[in-house]
Amino acid sequence: MSLITVERKILEKNDEIANLNREKFRFKEMFTMNLVSSPGSGKTSLIEQSINVLKHKLKIGVIEGDVQTNLDAQRIDALGVPVVQIVTNGSCHLDAMLVRDAFQKLIDLDLNLLFIENVGNLVCPAAYDLGEEMKVVIISTTEGDDKPLKYPAIFHNSKALVINKIDLLPHVNCNVDAISKNAYSINSELKIFETSCTTQEGISEWCEYLLSMVK
Amino acid sequence: MHEVSIAQEIIEIVKDYLPDGNGISVKSVKVDVGDFSNILPEALTFGFEVLTDNSGMKGAELIINKIPLTVNCINCNYISTLDEPLFFCKKCKSPNVEILTGTELKVTEIELND
Repeated sequence: MSLITVERKILEKNDEIANLNREKFRFKEMFTMNLVSSPGSGKTSLIEQSINVLKHKLKIGVIEGDVQTNLDAQRIDALGVPVVQIVTNGSCHLDAMLVRDAFQKLIDLDLNLLFIENVGNLVCPAAYDLGEEMKVVIISTTEGDDKPLKYPAIFHNSKALVINKIDLLPHVNCNVDAISKNAYSINSELKIFETSCTTQEGISEWCEYLLSMVK
Repeated sequence: MHEVSIAQEIIEIVKDYLPDGNGISVKSVKVDVGDFSNILPEALTFGFEVLTDNSGMKGAELIINKIPLTVNCINCNYISTLDEPLFFCKKCKSPNVEILTGTELKVTEIELND
């Protein structure tokens, strides 16, 4: 019998590539956001709204992650913005290797802002650094105000929280103040936005924030 | 449910310590898993068993050392152990705390049958 003492992070390979990604993104002077939410919270809609407001001010690119289909990439492509679709074929999260390979197709475009839309999932994406500058977690008012308490890691690891679909508040049993309170109990430094991609409420505040991050 | 991916990464790390082709097998692998690492130990053990069954590491045991979530208060320096991830100092209730332990996800020991 021999015992070998080791001290190695299980995700060391991912983290190493994520750091290389981050160096590359910074060298390109591009701000990168990793958007994480449950399926159907409005990640793609939020990206579309951001593009509509900012496309004349910033050069934006998008990496889309989905288990199947390139439907999201089609939506972004329709806005005339460069997009790469990653199809994970069942995997529940993006990793740094997938993002590195996808970014090769955007590398020569001199982008200012890159959105990475993760696979819809509040659990696994929290563990994987992609090389982004910040994670943004999005929840919609239809999901209930207890989500931060149920999925604390992603709320802890994000710098901003977008509470989306606030136009539905009259119709759903959701208390936005409770979402904020629960989220702050996990991460007291979260920047919180309330948006509706249908009525555009809150989108200009969100886009001001994006601009301030890029510059 | 990324425990299977995590199990695969553990196996890749262990392979670095196996001498080539002389029949040495792995008895056990010890890992630190923090309570705030989003890993379900039972699912990790299951993933490890399934993946090692189909490899040269068949029969290797995964020993999981769970690490509690502890935070240090920036305000009063008190160290709290948190049973649930609500990030407040247990003494002064300040939310201004930094994580000391609980996010670990690492391989710490490999035992070989040789």
